[in-house]
Amino acid sequence: MWWLYVKLFYSFFKIGLFGFGGGYAMISMIQGEVVNRYHWLSSGQFTDIVAVSQMTPGPIGINSATYVGYTSLANAGYGHGWAVLGSVTATFAVVLPSFILMLLISKFLMKYKNHPVVEHVFQGLRPAVVGLLAAAALLLLTSENFGTPDNPWQFYISIFLFGFAFIGSVVYKMNPIKLICFCGLAGWILF
Amino acid sequence: MAGLCSCNSTIPLLLSGCLVITRGFMNIYWNSFRTFFRIGFFTIGGGYAMIPLIEADVVDKNKWVSREEFLDLMAIAQSCPGIFAVNMSIFIGYKLRGVSGSAVCALGTVMPSFLIILGIALFFSKFQDNATVQSIFRGIRPAVVALIAAPTFKMAKSARIGMTNVWIPVAGALLIWLMGVSPIYIIIAAGLGGYLYGRFIKPSEN
Repeated sequence: MWWLYVKLFYSFFKIGLFGFGGGYAMISMIQGEVVNRYHWLSSGQFTDIVAVSQMTPGPIGINSATYVGYTSLANAGYGHGWAVLGSVTATFAVVLPSFILMLLISKFLMKYKNHPVVEHVFQGLRPAVVGLLAAAALLLLTSENFGTPDNPWQFYISIFLFGFAFIGSVVYKMNPIKLICFCGLAGWILF
Repeated sequence: MAGLCSCNSTIPLLLSGCLVITRGFMNIYWNSFRTFFRIGFFTIGGGYAMIPLIEADVVDKNKWVSREEFLDLMAIAQSCPGIFAVNMSIFIGYKLRGVSGSAVCALGTVMPSFLIILGIALFFSKFQDNATVQSIFRGIRPAVVALIAAPTFKMAKSARIGMTNVWIPVAGALLIWLMGVSPIYIIIAAGLGGYLYGRFIKPSEN
């Protein structure tokens, strides 16, 4: 059984190390390892895990690692305690590579912050990052998030909530956590 | 008698001084853990949803990093493997208190998701079919999109975007959005462009 923990650690370490490009890219890597290669989870179970990971708070990569770690051990027939240890293993393993890498980069940057080459590189990066952020918002304008005009009730309320949160944040500088809570409450009442 | 008296008053003074120092020392760890725990707890729908929260708490409220540094940090966190939000917290933690600071911040970010998912795995196996949960999330999703769109404009100011360089974010956003180009290539190209500009074009302008 310890072998299963070792394999779980190894798989998620690899996913953390090569998981470029955000949560969704990571999900396909997790699927490749966990469902297709090791068969720890069925495909249906994996889809459920992705749905829950998207709906619950927290980064999707962490959520799915925690959930997959738990379910893999539970599927293998071990009790709750061992399954919790499985989720600790997977979560720790997925964070570890970026932890080491980010520490090295932070150290390097603090030291060479004022070096002209570093300064020039960041002068090029800053405007591009603004574009990245804009693209992230544009990519989320999907029917999954807003509904479709076929269902006018959800569609127009979603657009109203979008406008409310945008104006609340830009004009009135409201705290984003407050805005999320308001909109969650509105969704609960209205949908 | 007088010596005894002064002795009696210095000991509590020393003790309270120590207490203040340890509390002040612990406070930054506790504060940063609490801040990132809160951020992790309210990040719904992926790493970018965390940006407005980090901006509000880390840049505006606590002033742990400047908005310019925050932009640099986003570029780094995006080009490193791993989880975007965790990468950001590691860097901010390192800036505050070195390695132990980054461990505390990363733990704070990861903890809420870990606990919530464990709770769901243990108690609610059919969580995603719950009607109440679904309607709450239907309300939250459009707000999350708005919250990601909103800081774009504030960031544009800190990145000193004007007439001459406005094409960079616009082209970057369109390439990612319409052509499906990976953000990593945009970052590599922008960094390389900045380097070449600084090395070859800027000196000749002066």
